[in-house]
Amino acid sequence: MLILECPYCGVMADETDLHGDGEAHLKRFGPGSSDDDFEGYLFMRKNPKGVHFERWRHASGCGKFFHAARNTMTLEVYGTYSAQTLEPPKAIIDAVKAKHPEWEGYK
Amino acid sequence: MSNAVSTLNGASFDGYVRVEEQGLVGMITLRGDLASKPLAKAVKAATGAAMPGQGEIASGDKGRVGWMSPDELLLIVDHADANDMVAALTKALAGEHALAVNVSDARTVFRIIGAATREVVAKVSPADVNALSPGQLRRTRIAQIPAAFHLIDEETAELVCFRSVGKYAFDLLKDAALPGGEVYA
Repeated sequence: MLILECPYCGVMADETDLHGDGEAHLKRFGPGSSDDDFEGYLFMRKNPKGVHFERWRHASGCGKFFHAARNTMTLEVYGTYSAQTLEPPKAIIDAVKAKHPEWEGYK
Repeated sequence: MSNAVSTLNGASFDGYVRVEEQGLVGMITLRGDLASKPLAKAVKAATGAAMPGQGEIASGDKGRVGWMSPDELLLIVDHADANDMVAALTKALAGEHALAVNVSDARTVFRIIGAATREVVAKVSPADVNALSPGQLRRTRIAQIPAAFHLIDEETAELVCFRSVGKYAFDLLKDAALPGGEVYA
């Protein structure tokens, strides 16, 4: 069972309290962008075996979206953080790097 | 005004804990910036309760105030007072980015009473009910539906869910409270 701490409520919510909303930190390409960019924004998603940044929603709790950094292979959670950010905070990056010095970054 | 009727008209069930529908309970959803002073003052004036911290429920002489999310409060008050209270809150918060709505008749409230209260609630929800102490409010789910609950004391829990699923919640709690279903018997 995956357990994430909601950064807004401070509760340790399990998977059944949450709703996964896919990859985090997508850059939106809207009207006027090139077809390739638009296709990438709409359809192309990472599917890494290892460190992944995701959006989650505390669906049956406060209802807020938040971000989580976790490992898709080991289910280890590196941390959760506010959704009001464009990239992972330094503390999260450091937590990942401490475990995986060879990790290539979130981009 | 039409005659208000609660979801299950105060139905109750005696299992190894007692499950009671609470009848008419006044509830107000208040959304806004919880850090704002006028909002805290308006809440204090309406219920007599101080602003609850994250995940807490505070009580005052005219009602209780539960922290539902970083920008939402649930005021539990007397059913007859709810409309006047919404009017007072709306007036007090005229300059604020806030909204008060009377949701009394859109919710159902239960009490679960007995020594095994925590156990029965824990059966139907993923929350760590044993870690919950009186004064803390947990908003989570019970089986398939969203619900919020808190402990009034060690042997009494109060649970709020949507009215449309009130019967489901009652049946679910009844089932969890059936004699013979004790986990630590």
